[in-house]
Amino acid sequence: MTLLNKTTAELQSLLHNKELTIKELTEETFARVANTDEAVQAFISTNETEALKRAEELDNEPVENRGPLFGLPVGIKDNIVTKGITTTAASRMLEDFMPVYDATVVEKLNDAGMVSIGKLNLDEFAMGSTTETSAFKTTRNPWNLDHVPGGSSGGSAAAVAAGEVPFALGTDTGGSIRQPAAFCGVVGMKPTYGRVSRYGLIALASSLDQIGPITRTVEENALLLQAIAGHDEKDSSSSPKEVPNYKAHLTGDIKGMKIGVPKEYMGEGVGEDAKNAVLEALKVLESLGAEWEEISLPHSAYALPAYYFISSAEASSNLSRYDGVHYGYRSEDAKNLDEIYRKSRAEAFGTDVKRRILLGTYTLSAGHYDDYYKKAQKARMLVAGDFANAFSKYDVIISAASPTTAYKIDGEPEDIVTKYMADILTTPINLAGVPAISVPCGFSNGLPLGLQIIGNHFDEATIYKVAHAYEQATDFHTRTPAIREGK
Amino acid sequence: MTKVTKEELLSVADRAMLALTDEEANLFTEDLATFIGYADKLNELDLENVVPMTHALQQINVMREDVERNVLDRDEMLKSVKEHENGEIKVPTILS
Repeated sequence: MTLLNKTTAELQSLLHNKELTIKELTEETFARVANTDEAVQAFISTNETEALKRAEELDNEPVENRGPLFGLPVGIKDNIVTKGITTTAASRMLEDFMPVYDATVVEKLNDAGMVSIGKLNLDEFAMGSTTETSAFKTTRNPWNLDHVPGGSSGGSAAAVAAGEVPFALGTDTGGSIRQPAAFCGVVGMKPTYGRVSRYGLIALASSLDQIGPITRTVEENALLLQAIAGHDEKDSSSSPKEVPNYKAHLTGDIKGMKIGVPKEYMGEGVGEDAKNAVLEALKVLESLGAEWEEISLPHSAYALPAYYFISSAEASSNLSRYDGVHYGYRSEDAKNLDEIYRKSRAEAFGTDVKRRILLGTYTLSAGHYDDYYKKAQKARMLVAGDFANAFSKYDVIISAASPTTAYKIDGEPEDIVTKYMADILTTPINLAGVPAISVPCGFSNGLPLGLQIIGNHFDEATIYKVAHAYEQATDFHTRTPAIREGK
Repeated sequence: MTKVTKEELLSVADRAMLALTDEEANLFTEDLATFIGYADKLNELDLENVVPMTHALQQINVMREDVERNVLDRDEMLKSVKEHENGEIKVPTILS
């Protein structure tokens, strides 16, 4: 058993009793990455020299000053800026981009005494659901290396599942934390929009993006969210609402809680294995004293088109800043300013990014705005209204986090609409801005399935309460892929 | 399927400042038509009296004091710039 298979509490106990130093733990983490990442390909870059130096400094901090995450290793999705460490967003456009400041979440990880190990792979600019569109590498699913880890936070989920790091940050615009967490059998939380500062996040769709934690257990997830949540004056969309003590809600007591199960999330397009895993999970929750009933979110079918109009429009606007002039890639062939823009963008962006830019530019064009973008924003209001109605009666809403297990590499449906349908269970949550988690809830042909638990705005505490109770009553989170055991 | 011509797609690419190969133009023309087809689904809704939702949280007038403070260091920032001179970003000649 390696150190990284120990629980957070066990690691802290070893550190507190001086049976282990933070430097030794950090060294072991890099040894794990060296042994495992050749197969998994989760990291875009690592920062061993700086991390070991920081670990030595942290070792000098008195034990009484240390919080629950102190000295523990964390990986960061490579679309979150890190001072002095390359931040690429998995794009040629930012291959050499060296940020001059830390994202607020990175500052908060530092304040919590965590040790950043490196930057994790993703779909280019977080556009994708397989991590295959990264300009640098394809991350593999630790449960079966022939399969994708999901995306766009595929590097983050795979690194945690493979035991390379116990903690990672991901980002979620339409399911990019929850779907890879489901595919890799780990715990991934998309917090309420505004719960976590987006300052220093390379934006995809600004009204939908949210940073969140990916971990091995619900308790670890709650601890990491505790560390990164809260108001930030540098992000005007971050909420001033007080952050509760999440760990205090992990009581296991869910007696009398009311669960809604949307019939639209259990219908055609959701695989039998995923559907059965949800029904089995509901039995477990019932045995713990919760009640559930079928509900309707009647505008679910409109969420996906609304999501794609809105996210593409916002993405095209956000990506207009990459012009080859200020920073990032610049074409060597360009002879004048106009060519700098056009050729730099043509040479540095991948196919999926170009597609989104074109769709978004079209959507926002004069003459099309009302037909597409505005209409989508109105549909968004109806989707959000469905959730508001549901949460007036139910504590949480439950579904599968993904309709299938992880696809084979290169095995994704080629048809663009079919591909987008895979997001049907996750995108409405981003439109409404509510929080949702994916926790392991079963396996199909050796690949994990995820249970999605959705909560009301700023009610991550209730989600954690239900997720923890479920986790403690099942053993899915204790199963690990062979690669994690060094086999 | 909604009809989109290659010329329309190229006009969008022009506005997006994106040079495309012929192969890309053909691929994206098809994708754009599929994408626009999504609007048919939204047309099923009666949206006449629905207020557009621009943001998940309605926060109004988030302001902070106009206080002078340390900002990012210019020399540090210029390290990410491809070419610069005397603290300014260098680009090819625009007027000849």
